[in-house]
Amino acid sequence: MGRAIYQVTPPATDRRLARIVLAAVLLLILLPILAGVWQTLRAAAGWMPAIGATDAGLGAFRELLAIPGLARATLVSLWTGVATTLLSLALAAACCIRWHDRGWPLRVLAPVLAAPHAALAIGLGFLIAPSGWLARTAAPLAGWDRPPDIGTLNDPFGLALILGLTAKEFPFLLLMMLAALKQIPLSRHLRSARALGLPEAHIWLTLIAPQLWPLIRLPVLVVLAYSLSVVDVAMILGPANPPTLAVMLTRLYGDPDLMRLLPASAGSLLQLALVILAGAGVMGLQRAIRRHGPHWVAQGNRLPGLTVAMRIAAICGGAMLAMTLASLAVLAVWSVTWRWSFPDILPKALSWRFWARAGQIAGGPLMTTLIVALISAALALAAAIAWLEAEDRRAAPRAPWAEALIYLPLLLPQIAFLYGLNIAALGAGLPQGVALVTWGHAIFVFPYVMIALSDPWRALDPRLPRAAAALGAGPWRILWRVKLPVLLVPVLTASAIGVAVSVAQYLPTLFLGAGRVGTLTTEAVTLSSGSDRRITGVVASLQALLPILTYGLAFALPAIVFRNRRAMRAGR
Amino acid sequence: MLELRRLQIRHAKASPLFAPLDLRIDPGQVGIVMGPSGVGKSTLLDAIGGHLARDFTVDGDILLDGSHLAGQSPQARRIGVIFQDPVLFPHLSVGQNLSFGIPRAIRNRRDLVEKALSDAGMAGMSDRDPATLSGGQMARVALMRGLLARPRALLLDEPFSKLDATLRSDIRAFTFAHVAKAGIPALLVTHDPQDADAARGPKVLLGA
Repeated sequence: MGRAIYQVTPPATDRRLARIVLAAVLLLILLPILAGVWQTLRAAAGWMPAIGATDAGLGAFRELLAIPGLARATLVSLWTGVATTLLSLALAAACCIRWHDRGWPLRVLAPVLAAPHAALAIGLGFLIAPSGWLARTAAPLAGWDRPPDIGTLNDPFGLALILGLTAKEFPFLLLMMLAALKQIPLSRHLRSARALGLPEAHIWLTLIAPQLWPLIRLPVLVVLAYSLSVVDVAMILGPANPPTLAVMLTRLYGDPDLMRLLPASAGSLLQLALVILAGAGVMGLQRAIRRHGPHWVAQGNRLPGLTVAMRIAAICGGAMLAMTLASLAVLAVWSVTWRWSFPDILPKALSWRFWARAGQIAGGPLMTTLIVALISAALALAAAIAWLEAEDRRAAPRAPWAEALIYLPLLLPQIAFLYGLNIAALGAGLPQGVALVTWGHAIFVFPYVMIALSDPWRALDPRLPRAAAALGAGPWRILWRVKLPVLLVPVLTASAIGVAVSVAQYLPTLFLGAGRVGTLTTEAVTLSSGSDRRITGVVASLQALLPILTYGLAFALPAIVFRNRRAMRAGR
Repeated sequence: MLELRRLQIRHAKASPLFAPLDLRIDPGQVGIVMGPSGVGKSTLLDAIGGHLARDFTVDGDILLDGSHLAGQSPQARRIGVIFQDPVLFPHLSVGQNLSFGIPRAIRNRRDLVEKALSDAGMAGMSDRDPATLSGGQMARVALMRGLLARPRALLLDEPFSKLDATLRSDIRAFTFAHVAKAGIPALLVTHDPQDADAARGPKVLLGA
């Protein structure tokens, strides 16, 4: 009998799923982004035959530069974006150091992470406006019987904008840091460094931070890109005249004069350059620190005042969280207010009637929001599960380029490719409307669902699929009957995050819906400029309530399904 | 009958994990492979069950009931594995765990599950949460679950090593009795000499 010599290689099916998933992601996410950037480039070069622009050249840029306030808008964008990122990073780091071994921060963070940016910004406006809750609280002390004449909102330096963005971005970074901490041998390092008598803040800066940084670098770049180019929050809290660059461009895109699309596209490239420049700055900073940091530490240097600064930052972080929760509360209060005159801390009369009246305004948008959110979250979840399952079957770790591909939609400013994508979709004969908007949302939902699901997926006890395989179960049965049920909690959490991300989208709805698709977010942003606070309160409350309820459902459902399964509840 | 002929396993370009292995286990018998940890006992089981990671090379023959297993997928081989830990599925009830592996074509699944439970001295515990079972009960459920999948052979990967002494001989006797009853060959890897003494099948000491 001959000797059977064979090499063990994974069967062909093991790679087939990976190929299908990659093809789908390239086709549905990368291709539209590239097509969008391409169309933007063409329009910026003066080429847009659809509106009769066939004069290739630098005319669009000349027109852009001629817009009054452009330089200031660009500078304000740069300043607010960079300041938000640095502030969020500092607050998140300080809170991470103080709270990393406690369980409650995650529970407090959940509603803040779930609430859409626009709702939070509107609530923050109700809080810090001259006639807001803070001024009302201070009124008896300051002796105000009328709202004070202080420009706390839409200030020209973008301070309110920085505050509003940081309130939302620092909890996100904090969450990413807490998740990343689980991947490094934290307690071992802390113990050995404490034994050397080093101060806590110094240990974190010189020992933990360098290990943590590669794990949170992409999230930080996401925050940077987002803060530099955000539109909805900047419309609500940002400077008015000139506004930030992204707001200026959004208005330009909406100009009735279609020829204004050309300078708008040129401006989109400027916005893209701004994001790339700032990202390069971060990478340069990283390089410099890597180069000189170890030497500096080895010489026994310490940052003076670091401990105190860390403590102050952690207190600021806590205050920021409290302020954010108060912003959500004030939304709810305004939504049921009937009469509330200035120095009163609470309304004089309450009423539900604005909920009824808002039903007429917000009923349609609510349905649209729900449909778009549920479908885009479901699509993104299916893609994420397929991607992770394909990784399991290939039995190879994720390549860096794949990680970058997942993050790409979040690293580019939306305004750089969304209008171009709209043009490309029109050119390809795709109908504008809810379907296109849903697709646009899914492009941005997918990365967040992937971020939320990847770590729990990899943390699944590898013995479970092995045991199932030993019982004769094939890969699909293992996926459906073992992996997904055991991962129910993270799968539902990722779905809830997907819904929250979709509900919060503004620009994709505006551009891909061609102004004809209204969601709670577009409605809330429109109302935020000078409408009745009570109606704005109702719509923004609704907008915040939707994702928060989804989160609640994601927490409650496993508790009901697994009420008789002890191992599925404890600490999972 | 499970037969290993001149079996060797190598990782990538490294030298073989152990000297060529010959072993013949008749139906109902428990064959023993002993050896120090790290010698490749678990890798041997992976090779037989078809769970070997990529980059491993298998040399020699593995035969089950006279046919070669080389190149077959784990599902096609139908070889059960009992691990060191019971690894019960935490989201399923005890009964659902037991019926997980029962082949689709079989009709009276409930009866089979009830029968297995009463054989294990656990009658009426079908709806229990596996997390509430005792260690011995978990071990018995894991074995019964493996046998209900109707395997053509059973691999036992140190399944008694984490049990305390009194429970160990209990579960060992239970396991060996059920292997004999099922009439399939079983291969037990262990470093407990008592396991070897209790088994009536062939014994091999694995070494480099």
